[in-house]
Amino acid sequence: MARYFAIRLARAMITIALVVTFAFVVLRLSGDPALIIMGPEAPPEVIAAFRKAWGLDDPIWMQYFDYFGAIAKGELGRSMRDGRPAIALVLERIPATLALTIPALLLKLAIGIPGGIFAALHRGSLIDRAVMIGAVAGFTVPSFVLGLVLVLIFAVQLGWLPSGGQETWRHAILPIFTLGIGGAAVLARFTRSAMLEVLGQPYIRTASAKGVSWRAVVLSHALPNAAIPTVTIVGFMVGTLIAGAVVVESVFSWPGVGRLLVVAVANRDLAVVQCILLLVAATMVTSNLIVDFLYSFLDPRLRSRETAGAH
Amino acid sequence: MEPLVSLDGLTVAFNGVKVLDGISLSVGRGEAVGLVGESGSGKSVTWLAALGLLPTTASVSGNVKLEGTEILGASPATMDRVRGGRVAMIFQDPASALNPVLTIRRQVGESLALHRGLSGAAIHAEARRLLDLVGIPDAERRLSAYPHEFSGGQNQRIMIAMALAGSPDLLIADEPTTALDATIQAQILELIRSVRRETGMAIVLISHDLGVVAENCDRVAVMYAGRVVEEAPSGELFDDPRHPYAHGLIGSLPPIDGPRRRLTAIAGTVPDPKAMPQGCAFAPRCGQAAAPCGTQPPRLRAIGENRRVACVIDQHAGASDIIGQAAE
Repeated sequence: MARYFAIRLARAMITIALVVTFAFVVLRLSGDPALIIMGPEAPPEVIAAFRKAWGLDDPIWMQYFDYFGAIAKGELGRSMRDGRPAIALVLERIPATLALTIPALLLKLAIGIPGGIFAALHRGSLIDRAVMIGAVAGFTVPSFVLGLVLVLIFAVQLGWLPSGGQETWRHAILPIFTLGIGGAAVLARFTRSAMLEVLGQPYIRTASAKGVSWRAVVLSHALPNAAIPTVTIVGFMVGTLIAGAVVVESVFSWPGVGRLLVVAVANRDLAVVQCILLLVAATMVTSNLIVDFLYSFLDPRLRSRETAGAH
Repeated sequence: MEPLVSLDGLTVAFNGVKVLDGISLSVGRGEAVGLVGESGSGKSVTWLAALGLLPTTASVSGNVKLEGTEILGASPATMDRVRGGRVAMIFQDPASALNPVLTIRRQVGESLALHRGLSGAAIHAEARRLLDLVGIPDAERRLSAYPHEFSGGQNQRIMIAMALAGSPDLLIADEPTTALDATIQAQILELIRSVRRETGMAIVLISHDLGVVAENCDRVAVMYAGRVVEEAPSGELFDDPRHPYAHGLIGSLPPIDGPRRRLTAIAGTVPDPKAMPQGCAFAPRCGQAAAPCGTQPPRLRAIGENRRVACVIDQHAGASDIIGQAAE
């Protein structure tokens, strides 16, 4: 068991290193921060001084090693724009983002999982079709379209809710629903197919054949099995808690991590972008680790494979 | 004496396609009945339908009586007491018939709680006794194991323990040994025999293996394309099959003694349920088919004590002697 997680952990570290490297390369290929931050009219000596100050005149491999060295020491650099530590800029935005993404996640779970189970249990019925049409609509409509449509209906037409900003809890309602509906749709479809797969298994027939009521068959025989694939997708959703709201935060001018990322990319504020990506990769990887752990908790077959592997 | 379970005119259709057409069959108390036929002949569907285990898309009609009480279409609560408590069922592939994420204690214990009203320590003790009974070594420790930690044969033993947990009057064993090695097959069949001796329960053994059925059953029903075509005490069926299909099946078995002979095969294939012949379903493959065979499916008729056959041709009188009532 310990070895299993040691391997997983090592793999997680490599994943993070790859993400950071990728971001490092792409950002440096896609524009010169000195020109963007100082402006194209800035005198050449100012640009040169800026480059020198931020180490941008070093060879790229040297910048890369410096950067990794700094990360190893826990230094994530400073914003080129206002000189503050990048991590501080990012951290102060996290609560605003979580204020959207956590309620949205709960909304996804609360609608998606029961919806999927319900549709699977009434397969082929009108209810099933209605749920599935809703689900297809929910995840094919891009979040910026859905966000704008919701604004049009609830802010412009009905005037019930504000269209953007962060002043009160009422400002959070539309972005939360915009985020939640798409995810709920994905989760409903996924849960439905996981459930249908399980309901077709011979052990479900065995349970019915021994006189277990249908309700108990669903609750204690089907759900524990259907939970195994569903956990994967929920884990993925947990992984996007930090940076899953980039588009929605922009649509609703919500001052979270997503908006910070958009601004930082536009400005080529390297340290800030890298810091956010590092954080995103770390969340993703952590949630994957948790999913792996949950798998072995939910599926005894995996548990014994691990013990076998540890010897 | 009233039979334990009797099926009468049991008919099943999926999306309008009949897969089972008027099955009539009865099982007496303590009796061992074999049900033979090739895959798709409706052997398993017959009992899944009788116990209400088919998906709701199947339309089921006819009568299924348990000690004279109609159970086809009975309330879910009634059926939950019948299933497992009166009639238990074990299946072909024991590894996938057990729930992979629940312990053996949970799965056997569930039947004990449902049908014997046991709880807590009593469940544990009884589950242990059942595992001992079906020959799982180290039962105490193995109760907390999961199905994947057992071999196929052991899983089938666990299925049998689970079936016994409800003390049923009838065990439907649906191809219980098909997925197992030959030696394990013999052990499982021996276990089923010894369980029968001890409990006196009746059994329906569904199999495509004529040898298994001959050895274990008092009476055999042969199914073809969703109908019973012949029913006879097993000895008589094997010595003197009357239906051309049963004749063909038995002719395809190698004799254990006597002169070597060429094994016969039945020409052709089973008809598609969507395109059943108008008359006898076997007629297109039957060497003795005559004109009346094509008009309407023959009914099962008695041809002596405990023997019934669904064929218009009297085998003993020869192919030319066609029984007049065929066209009724």
